[in-house]
Order: sequence, then C-alpha cells, then structure tokens
Amino acid sequence: MSEMNNRTPVLKVRDLGIDFGGLTAVNELNMTVYDREIYGLIGPNGAGKTTVFNMLTKVYTPTRGTIELCGVNTEKMNTVDVNKLGAARTFQNIRLFMKLSVLDNVKTGMHNKITYSPLEAVLRTKKYYAQEKEVDEKARELLKIFDLQDSADLIAGNLPYGAQRRLEIARALATEPKLLLLDEPAAGMNPQETAELMDVIRFVRDHFGIAILLIEHDMKLVMGICERITVLNYGMKLAEGTPEEIQADPQVVKAYLGE
Amino acid sequence: MKKNIFASMFDQKHRSRTVTYLIVIVSYIVLEILMKTGNLSSLFTSLLVPVCAYIVAAIGLNLNVGFSGELNLGQAGFMSVGAFTGICVSGALGGLIPNTVVRLLASLIAGALMAAVFGYLIGVPVLKLQGDYLAIVTLAFGQIIKSVITNIYLGFDGTGFHMSFVDNKVKLEPGGKMLLNGPMGATGTDRIATFTVGVLLILAALVIVYNLIYSRSGRAIMAARDNRIAAESIGISVSKTKMLAFVVSASLAGAAGALFGLNYSTLLPNKFDFNMSILVLVYVVLGGLGNMTGTVTATVILVLLPELLRSLQDYRMLIYAVILISIMLISNNENMKVTAERLKKKLSRKNLKEAGNE
Repeated sequence: MSEMNNRTPVLKVRDLGIDFGGLTAVNELNMTVYDREIYGLIGPNGAGKTTVFNMLTKVYTPTRGTIELCGVNTEKMNTVDVNKLGAARTFQNIRLFMKLSVLDNVKTGMHNKITYSPLEAVLRTKKYYAQEKEVDEKARELLKIFDLQDSADLIAGNLPYGAQRRLEIARALATEPKLLLLDEPAAGMNPQETAELMDVIRFVRDHFGIAILLIEHDMKLVMGICERITVLNYGMKLAEGTPEEIQADPQVVKAYLGE
Repeated sequence: MKKNIFASMFDQKHRSRTVTYLIVIVSYIVLEILMKTGNLSSLFTSLLVPVCAYIVAAIGLNLNVGFSGELNLGQAGFMSVGAFTGICVSGALGGLIPNTVVRLLASLIAGALMAAVFGYLIGVPVLKLQGDYLAIVTLAFGQIIKSVITNIYLGFDGTGFHMSFVDNKVKLEPGGKMLLNGPMGATGTDRIATFTVGVLLILAALVIVYNLIYSRSGRAIMAARDNRIAAESIGISVSKTKMLAFVVSASLAGAAGALFGLNYSTLLPNKFDFNMSILVLVYVVLGGLGNMTGTVTATVILVLLPELLRSLQDYRMLIYAVILISIMLISNNENMKVTAERLKKKLSRKNLKEAGNE
C-alpha cells in the first residue's frame, strides 16, 4: 500500500472500544482512513458497525482508545464539535427534518457557515440578505447534484424513500466535511437506484475531494467503489484490505456464510 | 424594485405572513374608526388592550411550543414578571418622563428585558429536560414566580428603591410611593397602556418571530424540534437554539405582561395564575402550532367569546367549553378536512360555471 503513504490520514482510530454495562460492543479497533479515500466498514448484523459511527461522531463516548480526526484528538469533544472539525454523517434510519422543506434541510447544514446573529436576522441587515442569498444558491447547487432541484420546496417528509436518502447526504455535505460517514446509504434501494448511488458517491469524492467511510450490506456496492475495507465481527476487526483481499479471505467467508 | 417587493410579499412562502400583518392593521383601522365614531361599547373598548397583550404572549408561546416544540406551561409567570417590572418602571419614571407614550415604551422594554433574564435563568435547568418533564417544571416555575411576587413589598422615593419581603420593613421618605404591596399587588398605577401601542407591540412581535423563523436561527430551532440527534450531527447546538427560543418567548410574554399591567390601576399577582398560562396555550394550540395567523385570530375569538356569551349567564362557561372542544375536534378530524376540501372545490367550480354562463 505504498500509494497510501503520500496521502494524509483524515481519520485515525487506535484501540477503540466501548462497553455497555458488561457487554463489550466494540473492542481493539484500529483503522486509518486517508484523504480522498472511499473506505468500507462491513460485517454481519450486530457486529458493531453503527456503534463505531456513533463513537466517531461522539453520540457515544468510547470506553477505550483514541479517535483522531484531521489530526485532532476528539476525546473531549461533543457531536457538534466533531461536525465543526470536519465529520458529517447520515443515519441508518433516515433522520431528516421532516417538517422542513427540502431546501431548508440543506440550509440547516450550513448553520455554522453563516455568521449573522439572531439580532441581525430580526433587523434584516444587509449581511442577512447577502448571506441568505449565498446560502440559497449553494443549497440549490447541492440539490442539483442529488437531482432534487425540482423538489426544493416540498416538505422533506413527503419525499419518496430514495430521495430522502439522497437529501440526507446533501445535508451532510452542506456542512463542508472532510470525512463523510454514510450509514447504509443503499438500504431499501432497488438495483437501479443503487447503481446511481454508486456514481453519486464517486462523484462526491472527486467533486468535493473528501474521504468517505461507509457501512453497507450491499456487497456489489461495497466491492464496486471501496478502495479498502474493514470487516467487523462481534465488535472485533476480522480482516482489512482491498476488495479482492477481503473476498479471498477464508475468515470473512466463514463469518458471512458459516462453516 | 418596488414591484419586486410587492410580488415577494404575496409569493407562496410569505403569503401567510403578509396576511397576518394585514389582518392586524385592518382590524386596527376598523376598530379605531368604530371607537372614534362612538360605535364601540365600553365593554369592547376595555378589552382592546388585554387582547393585544394576550396576542403578544401567544405569539411568544407559539415560538416556544410550535416552532421549538417545547411545551411551556409557565408563560403567565413571565407575563407577571414583565407586568410588575413594567409597573415599577413606569411608577419610578413618573416624575422623570411626563410623556406617557415614551414612559409606556420604556416600561415595555424593561418588562421584556427582565422577563428575558428570568427566561434565561429558568431555561438553564429547564431546557435540560424534555417533553412532559419540561412542561411540569415550567408549570412549577410559573407558580414560584407568582408566590415570590405575592410576597414582595417594593417602595420608591427620592433615595431610590426599597424592597422587603416583610410589609413594615419598607420605610419611605415623604413623597415616596409604594409600588408593590405584596398580595395586594400594584395599586394606583397610571393607566398609560393604549390600544395603538398594543397594536404596535403585536406588529413588533410578529416581525421578531417571523424574521427569526426565516433565518439561520429559525431553521436551527425547527431542526432541533424535528430531530435532535440529526441537528447535532450537522453542528447545531441544540441547547443554545432551544434557549434562544425560550428567551425570546419569555421576553415577548414580559412585554405583553407590561402592556397588560399598565392597563389597570390595580393588579393582583394572583391574576397571573396557572389558568392564564393554560389560556394562552389554548390560544396557541387552537390557532395551530407554528401558525401565526391562527394564533392571532384564535386569541381574538377566544378572548371575546366569553364576553359575547355573557347573556347566557350561568351557562356561559359551559357553552365556551363546548365550543372549544368542537373547534378542536373539527380542526383535527380528517373526515372534516376532506369534506371541507370537497366543499371548497364544489363552490369554486360552481362559481366558475356561473361566471362562464354570464
């Protein structure tokens, strides 16, 4: 993996672990995601994949180990700080702002890019108009990328399922992250939609120049776009490597198919 | 450019906002004309300022309950803080500012600021809670504020304010004035509140809430309501946004309270009890959560209704309750909504046909 050496790491996870009461959900996880890399996190149900995401975004506080995001240790940070530092995520069970419009959902993602104060908003200063105009344009651009420009004024809750998933990615990208965490982006999509999603994910990586870490059960998608993969089983790392190496790994096959 | 502004006033997004402003302004003009020509009964005239106060308090509460999604049962407490602060400021400034309008504005601002301070202090512990727990604690704070004000004795003389929790401890110089008399509340207040200032306050409250809602803060407030975890994941500090909504809501209640208080020469602290909190909440809920036009119209109707039903005497509150329940059932019934839609379509088609025949 010599080509990785001249890339900078965006995410460094060292000996990460978390206990819930007496249950060890994740243990001794080591992982490094490099700049502009598409990285897959796979494993059977209950392996702890989403738990890892929740630790990375500080929804859960890890019991052991360190997480370094963009070279900064996130130990003392909360979810909001982690996002400001450069990690944005989507959720396995879609978490949109269902009563807001599609456009406003993306605009909420730009919350920390806007600098006018609530008072300036009430007084409708020039700064308010200038920044709102900029936010509006940027949000519409993002919607265009995800083919949602025609639904901009719809209520997010009324969008079809696949569109909601795409909107969630657009909202995460609006925070201008350096690392995008996608939790089962293709869940519930048909093969046609999944194929389109693969193109979108590649486009996002190239267009925004960011790293993407994704959890996915759809092996066609994982093997098709991920450069490297980590396999989790019972909270422990089972294997790590390129798609070819993972597919050839007897332990992985055993974990997925049984003996 | 002028045409653009006019067009944007009536586009889809801003239509309801423009309608609300228009309703308020048109009703003001109509009522003023009725009053000037002597066509308004003294009962209605006496209700004008309280209605304005209730509307402002309800607008504030709608920000809290409708947009922020936190059930606040202590709005009367904040109104009470604003009312007695406003009365004290007006009483103390009586000699300094003879112009009643300026004094009224100063009192409203003082009431709003004091209520905002209380809102912040109460918000720190309260906003750590969610749902029913938050509602119960705000209810408790409303009661605490009432009890505290019931026990404050405050006097004002040449040397400044004198406060005590025991009646006989307040010693005033000659020419001094008691502003708060414990359970007797405020007595001998200058009745400086006017309908015009009340309407201006409504407009100001609408501008504040609408402008806040269509901005970064408003989006964050609604995002935190719709999905707390997702809001935090995109860098919105939920506790800060909830606090903003809570404090703005409290300060609007404070201004409303000050307007309310300065409309009566005597005001008892007991006036701002749990019933009033619930009443304001009823205005908001029946008007529709997050619907300002609804809040304004529901408040007007529900304040006037008991007065209009006065001729029914003993059955008044019974009928009032039945009407409330009916409105709730009708506005939330899916069948009713569908029927209403159908009626609307039928009517519009009929109109079209008739127009075609002509």
